[in-house]
Amino acid sequence: MDNKKILGGLAAAAMAVSVATSSSAEPTNGGSMIVTYKDDVSTLDPAIGYDWQNWSMIKSLFDSLLDYKPGTTVLTNDLAESYSISEDGLTYTFVLREGVKFHNGRVMTAADVKYSLDRVTNPKTQSPGAGFFASVKGFDEASGGSGELSGVTVVDDRTVAIELSRPDATFLHVMAINFSSVVPQEAVEQWGEDFGKHPVGTGAFSLAEWSLGQRLVFAKNPDYYQAGLPHLDEIVFEVGQEPVVALLRLQNGEVDVAGDGIPPAKFLEVKNDPEYANAIVEGSQLHTGYISLNVKMKPFDNLAVRKAVNMAINKDRIVRMINGRAVPANQPLPPLMPGYDPDYKGFAFDPEAAKKMLAEAGYGEGFETELYVANTDPQPRIAQAIQQDLAAIGIKAEIKSLAQANVIAAGGEEDQAPMIWSGGMAWIADFPDPSNFYGPILGCGGAVPGGWNWSWYCNEEIDARAVKADAMTNPADAAEREAMWRKIFTDIQDEAPWVPIFNEQRFTIRSDRLDGPDGIFVDPVHIPVHYDTVYLKGGQ
Amino acid sequence: MRVLKALLRRKLGAFGLLVIFMTVAVAFLAPLIAPYPPDLQLFEGLTLEGAPLPPNSQFWLGTDLLGRDLFSRLIYGAQTSLIIGVVANGAAILIGSLVGIVAGFYRGIVGSILMRFTDLMMAFPALLLAIVLAAIFKPSLWIVALVIAMVNWVQVARVIYSETVSLAERDFIAAERTLGASPLRILLKHIAPHLIYSTIVFGTLGISTTVLLEATLSFLGIGVQPPTPSWGNIIFENQTYFASAPWLVFLPGFAIVSLALGFNLVGDAMREILDPTMKGKH
Amino acid sequence: MATYILRRLMEAVFILIGITMITYALLYLIPADPVRQIAGRSATPETVENIRQQLGLDLPFYEQYWRYVSALFQGDLGRSYLQKTEVSELIASRLPASLLLMVAAISLELLMGLVMGTISAVRRNSAVDNSLMVISFVGVSAPQFVVGIIFLYIFAVKLNWFPIGGYGTFHHLVLPALTLGFMGAGWYSRMMRSSMLNVLGQDFVRTARAKGLGKARVIVRHAVPNALLPIIAMIGIDIGIFMSGIVVVESVFGWPGIGQLAWQAIQRVDIPIIMGVTLVAACSIVLGNLLADIIAPFVDPRIKLK
Repeated sequence: MDNKKILGGLAAAAMAVSVATSSSAEPTNGGSMIVTYKDDVSTLDPAIGYDWQNWSMIKSLFDSLLDYKPGTTVLTNDLAESYSISEDGLTYTFVLREGVKFHNGRVMTAADVKYSLDRVTNPKTQSPGAGFFASVKGFDEASGGSGELSGVTVVDDRTVAIELSRPDATFLHVMAINFSSVVPQEAVEQWGEDFGKHPVGTGAFSLAEWSLGQRLVFAKNPDYYQAGLPHLDEIVFEVGQEPVVALLRLQNGEVDVAGDGIPPAKFLEVKNDPEYANAIVEGSQLHTGYISLNVKMKPFDNLAVRKAVNMAINKDRIVRMINGRAVPANQPLPPLMPGYDPDYKGFAFDPEAAKKMLAEAGYGEGFETELYVANTDPQPRIAQAIQQDLAAIGIKAEIKSLAQANVIAAGGEEDQAPMIWSGGMAWIADFPDPSNFYGPILGCGGAVPGGWNWSWYCNEEIDARAVKADAMTNPADAAEREAMWRKIFTDIQDEAPWVPIFNEQRFTIRSDRLDGPDGIFVDPVHIPVHYDTVYLKGGQ
Repeated sequence: MRVLKALLRRKLGAFGLLVIFMTVAVAFLAPLIAPYPPDLQLFEGLTLEGAPLPPNSQFWLGTDLLGRDLFSRLIYGAQTSLIIGVVANGAAILIGSLVGIVAGFYRGIVGSILMRFTDLMMAFPALLLAIVLAAIFKPSLWIVALVIAMVNWVQVARVIYSETVSLAERDFIAAERTLGASPLRILLKHIAPHLIYSTIVFGTLGISTTVLLEATLSFLGIGVQPPTPSWGNIIFENQTYFASAPWLVFLPGFAIVSLALGFNLVGDAMREILDPTMKGKH
Repeated sequence: MATYILRRLMEAVFILIGITMITYALLYLIPADPVRQIAGRSATPETVENIRQQLGLDLPFYEQYWRYVSALFQGDLGRSYLQKTEVSELIASRLPASLLLMVAAISLELLMGLVMGTISAVRRNSAVDNSLMVISFVGVSAPQFVVGIIFLYIFAVKLNWFPIGGYGTFHHLVLPALTLGFMGAGWYSRMMRSSMLNVLGQDFVRTARAKGLGKARVIVRHAVPNALLPIIAMIGIDIGIFMSGIVVVESVFGWPGIGQLAWQAIQRVDIPIIMGVTLVAACSIVLGNLLADIIAPFVDPRIKLK
């Protein structure tokens, strides 16, 4: 997702792997919890919101047709009661639940689903997620400004059919992301561009109060369609709280969840303190921090040079430098992503061999280059560690530490940034499917001016294989499709357009009062916790 | 020489001079004094879990978050501060004096356009301007110096302008003019020498402002590029650890304050020596 | 007087227009594309172009600027590119915090500066005077982020007197206000000292002393009020310095003011926000200077408003 800071203690997709406290028996209902954040919430419009902070808040205010089971990456029905896929895999028919009400009391219908998809793909909305709907029929016209996504048809009040222009195995995931949340037309039109400040959805909570820059209050939606949810009556979000302050307040019992996670400077102290062993839940996440090597720029057009760089970086040292908040990576996909290849060896750290390889490639004297990096801590520090490793094999990389927007702009030019450290702008999966790690950041589609494929790696043959894999919509082919993707990513890594550095771990710290299965505290999509299903320990 | 003697007679001025002298000496002798190269990341410079080390016998002032020797970085940081201080302030004085003299001496349309522009720049929030300028250029040591100069020339221009105006109105200059002396001659013979005092005072006080602005830009992450050490970017890189590893923030902070203080004390003393009428005003 | 103020206000409008022009031009030169930030990673080239057109970012520079200024004259600061919220609303939600911080800082710096300056002047050349002046020199030599972090360490972490950061109560206000006012306290104490020395040497003070009035009474009733005037004129100019200071102080203390707003906007090239904050800051600086100029003749009758 966009603008996700890394190492601030945040994450996207994750699965609980840690064994902290296990939850008690029955969830209790009622009560209120306090969550803190440093930055104010930017918007709660599901078509616009695209940062780690509002992502899960929007999920609690709105619903899409599909969702994930709490704490997992398993798709489940949400507003859709059921769905069917046509034989050719091109038409999806969703039957909606009956009588689901928006916060304004009106019953949600199929027309609302169509309106919401029309809206998100309409360029007037300026949604950063419009591109996810590219496989829906009529997308090109819609993004040209036609105002309608013609592939979406209302069959009757409770049935909506969505026709695709090509088979798309990721389509069901797309129906679960925030951008396909169902919104009521009248509320959107009433508030116009301020809808993000006055959100109306069908979700478990509704927005009760928002004092800009100070606090937000979510109140339980009494009409929520899922019986028994949410458990809490109220969630108070206090913004403008420094992570260090939030942690201290949490330790004093004034705060239930520190939204920004454990501040790096306090990490070792808190983690090594037995008192908090039960308060911290560790999980992995679908994130990879990498260095892109621009294959269109000399000398990174030379495979041997790219391989040498891959072998020069001491990833263990970098992980130690960030206090072990990540695990070293050797391929683009993170371990928890379907398609990750545990047997792939990648390029082992071996500076001597790297030096030799450079010499054979004609760069025995080394060369000078530039390493771009976002200028927020700790990114420039990580870049300096990389710089020192490169220097050891004779590569003099000058660090260009710039505002995030400038780094992204440089990456989008063919001849600007030879190397970019992705931290702070890193690829965190929008949904748990390997396809999401390919298109814009490693495929030919992203290797265009203004694109996000900063290595400018474009392999037509692999592109064709990716299209083929994504056309395998039959659930029976899932394993075969996964194998295809596995091969795609290891084949790419063999050509070394990236230096995968590490996969970030996620650490959530919560107060004593909160309870629930561990999974919901490192939920793949709900950050920092799954707001709908968390509850207070009995009687509080 | 006379000025130097007067300066040394004043306790505070002499103290300031000592601080500056020591910083310059440290900067020049950096390769001899520093126990380690400033950007060498040492394996033994971090704990096994990756935490920085407090001051100890091997690393006298401890290590930073990358396992580098803080003492060495501070020593090399003096070079950065001094280079930027001298270059950026020199450029600011050059631009400011030029604008001030031209506007004050020639007046007319050019003069008033220049001064209106100066007024306008006075109303610019200086740090915001510096931040935006830093976003336009790809940062480097020299760009940082340039950015600071582009922000700091304004004050100089104002003062030089008003001094030039009051000088140009004095009788002896009017007399020279009627005698047919060329404007350039008047400028060089009569006006410039009088401005030298203000320039010297500004040159000293301005270095202090420059050192502080460089530190602030580096603290915000948009100043001197890593791994070149600057006292400001040492604090930027380590500030989140201020509670658990305060030496990483306090020592560079102390260095910044000392150097700025040195230039302020000397500048203030010089102002009193060179121009006894403007006491304590800024 | 009224015509003078009117003329100055007119001038101020021109200065502000000039500032919008320069800022807009500078932002135009930043090598980053705001549309790419808005459209996200998966956007098609058509979407990107469409958004560019909607925002008018495909137009030549002067047309873009003209659009901005004409909207500005209708009181419209535009909407944030990324949040879609009205810039005026964003600024309005954060300005109170910044103003509160500034007012508190001005009060503190005046309090500290005037007390230190007065004591120094009365005890001229004593050890007290010397040490107070050294402190004031340190004050003007210490960058705010260093002062802020040291205050945090001593008063929040070690002594636990104040919170480490945040916003809301009087307790939260103390350290950021002290930090922001520390430098000014240094200036004011030095100015107050020389101003007081000046006044103490004047006839009316000597007369009052000669009449047998107590020393303390003379100082408080006669000398201080007269010495104060030139200092009040300085407060207006201070605002400009504060506008730079709040960016740093708000970032150190997590204070939710316009400085933080501007800083975050620059990171993401959210041009309408950057423009809005720059304009608000420039406005306060211009008004502050105007205030200083209006007060000046009361302070020193030799100065005439022209």
